[in-house]
Amino acid sequence: MASLVGSRVERKEDKRFLTGKGRYTADINLANQTYAIFVRSPHARASIKKLNIDKALKSSGVVSILTGKEIADDKIGGLIAGWAIRSEDGTEMKCPGNPPLAKDNVNFVGDPVAVVIAESLAEAKEAAEKVEVDYKVLKAVTSTADAMNGDTIHEGIDKNLCFDWLLGDRQKVKEAFDKADKVISIDIINNRLIPNAMEPRACVADYNAASEEITLYTTSQNPHLSRLIMSAFGNVAPEHKLRVVAPDVGGGFGSKINVYNEDIVCSWAAKKINRAIKWVAERSESFLTDIHGRDHVTHAELAVTKDGKFLGFKNETIANLGAYARVFGTVTPTYLFGPCATGVYEIPAAYTNVKAVYTNTAPVDAYRGAGRPEATYTIERLVEKASMELGIDKTELRIKNFPTAFPFKQTLVHTVDSGDYVAGMEKAKQMADYKGFEARRKESEAKGKLRGIGVTSYFEACGIAPSAAVMSLGCGVGLWESAEVRFNPTGQVTVYTGSHSHGQSHQTTFAQIAADELGVPIENIDIVHGDTDKGTFGMGTYGSRSLAVGGIAIVNACKKIVEKGKRVTAKMLEANPEDVEFKDGEFIVSKSNKKKTIGEVAFACYLPGVRDEMKSPLPEGDEPGLKETSFYDPSNFSFPAGTHIAEVEIDPETGHVKLEKYTACDDFGRIINPMVVEGQVHGGLAQGIGQALYENAEYDETGQLMTGSYMDYTMPRADNFPEFNIGYTCTHATTNPLGVKGCGEAGAIAAPPTVMNAVIDALGGQEVTMPATAEKVWKACKNLKKSNAKAA
Amino acid sequence: MKDFNYHSAKDSKEASKLASSSSAFLAGGMTTIPSMKLGLATYKDLIDIKNIKKLSGIKVSGKSVTIGAATKHVEVSNSKDVKKAIPSLSSLAEGIGDPQVRNRGTIGGSIANNDPSADYPSACIALNATIHTNERKIEAVKFFKGMFETALKKGELIEAIEFQIPEKSSYQKHPNPASRYAIVGVYVAKHKGDVNVAVTGAKSCVYNDKEMSKALSGNFSSSSIDGMDLDSSEMNTDMHASAEFRASLVVTQAKKAVDAC
Repeated sequence: MASLVGSRVERKEDKRFLTGKGRYTADINLANQTYAIFVRSPHARASIKKLNIDKALKSSGVVSILTGKEIADDKIGGLIAGWAIRSEDGTEMKCPGNPPLAKDNVNFVGDPVAVVIAESLAEAKEAAEKVEVDYKVLKAVTSTADAMNGDTIHEGIDKNLCFDWLLGDRQKVKEAFDKADKVISIDIINNRLIPNAMEPRACVADYNAASEEITLYTTSQNPHLSRLIMSAFGNVAPEHKLRVVAPDVGGGFGSKINVYNEDIVCSWAAKKINRAIKWVAERSESFLTDIHGRDHVTHAELAVTKDGKFLGFKNETIANLGAYARVFGTVTPTYLFGPCATGVYEIPAAYTNVKAVYTNTAPVDAYRGAGRPEATYTIERLVEKASMELGIDKTELRIKNFPTAFPFKQTLVHTVDSGDYVAGMEKAKQMADYKGFEARRKESEAKGKLRGIGVTSYFEACGIAPSAAVMSLGCGVGLWESAEVRFNPTGQVTVYTGSHSHGQSHQTTFAQIAADELGVPIENIDIVHGDTDKGTFGMGTYGSRSLAVGGIAIVNACKKIVEKGKRVTAKMLEANPEDVEFKDGEFIVSKSNKKKTIGEVAFACYLPGVRDEMKSPLPEGDEPGLKETSFYDPSNFSFPAGTHIAEVEIDPETGHVKLEKYTACDDFGRIINPMVVEGQVHGGLAQGIGQALYENAEYDETGQLMTGSYMDYTMPRADNFPEFNIGYTCTHATTNPLGVKGCGEAGAIAAPPTVMNAVIDALGGQEVTMPATAEKVWKACKNLKKSNAKAA
Repeated sequence: MKDFNYHSAKDSKEASKLASSSSAFLAGGMTTIPSMKLGLATYKDLIDIKNIKKLSGIKVSGKSVTIGAATKHVEVSNSKDVKKAIPSLSSLAEGIGDPQVRNRGTIGGSIANNDPSADYPSACIALNATIHTNERKIEAVKFFKGMFETALKKGELIEAIEFQIPEKSSYQKHPNPASRYAIVGVYVAKHKGDVNVAVTGAKSCVYNDKEMSKALSGNFSSSSIDGMDLDSSEMNTDMHASAEFRASLVVTQAKKAVDAC
């Protein structure tokens, strides 16, 4: 039987999605359901003087209106930060309370203060307009860079500072810088982004008064985790009385990791009114209240010798948390960021210092890449600048500082098990025709255009995360993953996974893996996810962990099935279990022609004696049935890496940046389905290029979101991109049995510095902040013209 | 969205009769419907004019192209007659919004709305258009009054737009990367006697740039406007482009348009 792993198996989920048969949360309608509309703060920072619902209650169709007072009275817990971070001085991080409905203070535009529940959506909207809130508007803090100098947003949190965190050794870095021939420094703004999943958030909450069970259908990347948080911290219901279902989910990019205000409020309110409640975000609500991403202000320095050896690195970053610290809010700018700060280079001394600040803006949390794009952007912009200042070719300078052997023990945290960075660089250069660039630059110049080339070599730590590592870093929850592989008596297989697919194609790739492990046709394998009543437990999908963690749990559960199958076959065929081999779905007694198919073994495990003679095929100690579970806790992160090369052409008259060529050469370890990986790479690149050239979430000084719709927030479109040139170098991970690494975030990590390095190269080294909009580039072109004229 | 009455008019007369101070005509609804959904506009009556047959269609004579008010952008962009008579008008229509917008949005709706960043008003100015309403004929230069403001009276309905066929013409747009409306759009048309340089997106309302028109009427070459330093004091500034940038773009796009003629 040919192996399915490694082949372009068509997506099993596509029939459903392409024929309109997907079942998203908004598609779910329950009997007698009501509709919720949230009354949200129009101010970025205010205290609530009075909230009057009398008029609204009289509005037609209103079932109930609940406010921050009721939710506090019922002792429903607030939203939480999932990771405890300790400051350099040893103090604990400072987190404000974040009630699901604000009672006394609101802290960003969109912060909900009340929920209106009515018989119809129109009636809920109508009534919501009649809720009267008397706000005392306070001065908002919106700037990341100046947040520590602003008014105190949360009582008792001095300088709006959540923590001031250090990773690395300041003294060693100082010594390294003292020895340096040259110090390259850079100031960077990593622009704030809005994830913009295609499907807006939504939830439907139901309550069964007889069983006292709440069922919440919600747009989540991790239903079990949501249930755990809502139960343990939200006090919504005990876990066994709370079922969370995340059905088809249309994209997440990290924005659907969090338990949101609406999940808690609707679940709690459904029980209170004893009816189902449906809420679907409008796109403008998504812009305002989904978590945002990035938003760092960084100063970084690189100490080098004159021949280009890196000696030391420092990174001083202010990270904006927004109004509240949410689930991955505090870990994203620390442990997902700091350890990756030195990139793919041997740098003997390094530190990263992060000051995380509160502002009156939407909470900032994990967004595709989470911390690693910010880290990569800084080091790769800095290295590119170093190549310009040292006059060393950008690819040579990188190669000079790559590790020479693997495992690669980095200065800060990680030990990278595998990779071949030089091979990746050489292949990328070939794919991009790096040598031919100067000729292309001359052609562009002849047309009056400026052409630039940019390079990025990146690595990322993903497959989050080994429990031991996670716990040592301050999170109480180990990020393992579970899988259960269940045979039906007639030989089909159902695989239950704790991972969640919201675009990742698990239904296909996980089935490919199970098909190879079990020798069962892929048509006979179903992947089930997204329902706390079905799977055992799961940590969900983010941080490129589905395959490298969840996939391995499936492999391990399949291996247990095979082990049992060997024992059963041995008993049935009167052989020694050690003599039974398993291949392509058959258990074969070696040196004999005796064998059983896995289907026959499954049947025998469930229905002993029906087919064969009346004798149990089960060895002593084995129970009937064929079902195995695995909880897989990885021994290390996985470390995808690669080199990307971009070429841009700029029209100096309009500042328009045209991305002419984009080459991505990635090492994702073993590839399960090349077509699916291409899709992931394309999507990541679109978001990464989007950050570099188009996307920007902008607040004005009063805290109003200026880019609150697609009229002003530039989502990249297909016509913004060239044909992507994609290739791989596959060095298998040594830390998991499949040798896989993860591919979901690579594009979003590598593309921003690659594109910006190209833009800045075209502009003769002039710094431009992301996104490189036409006007910024136009101004830089004018400056370039002036300085060229001066030089002439 | 608040409740409203929906009417489908069978002819202009009925549409006009139904109009009141709290009504709006509905053609493609590309602006009206989103405004209502966002609560920015409320009407008691929406009068749908899409089903009035007379308002759709394209007619080309020796001197002009006449397009019915309810004609969709996609029909203009696909029309072989328009492509032959005024290719720049066809390509302007092809560059409006996205396929969804082009399949519903209409030329009359665009002109009646007079969005300062819309494309069609510049075509009207550059191509010396005449706006035919159910009551009168209005010259384009007198039609566009200010931001979202036109010479239309309440209940007055645009029936057709008549464009004069120029010797040469081109429309060049620097689009807002998000909305793809014009940050600056410049429509250059060379007629027998003179040259029009109609500019949209730069100021509160579309206008004919006299300085560039004059220069190009004397010498129809991009070199005659190269490096022109336009007054930016009345130009728009927003997060996408400053007045200074817009002033520069007007010249750049005008040059491109001349070169493309």
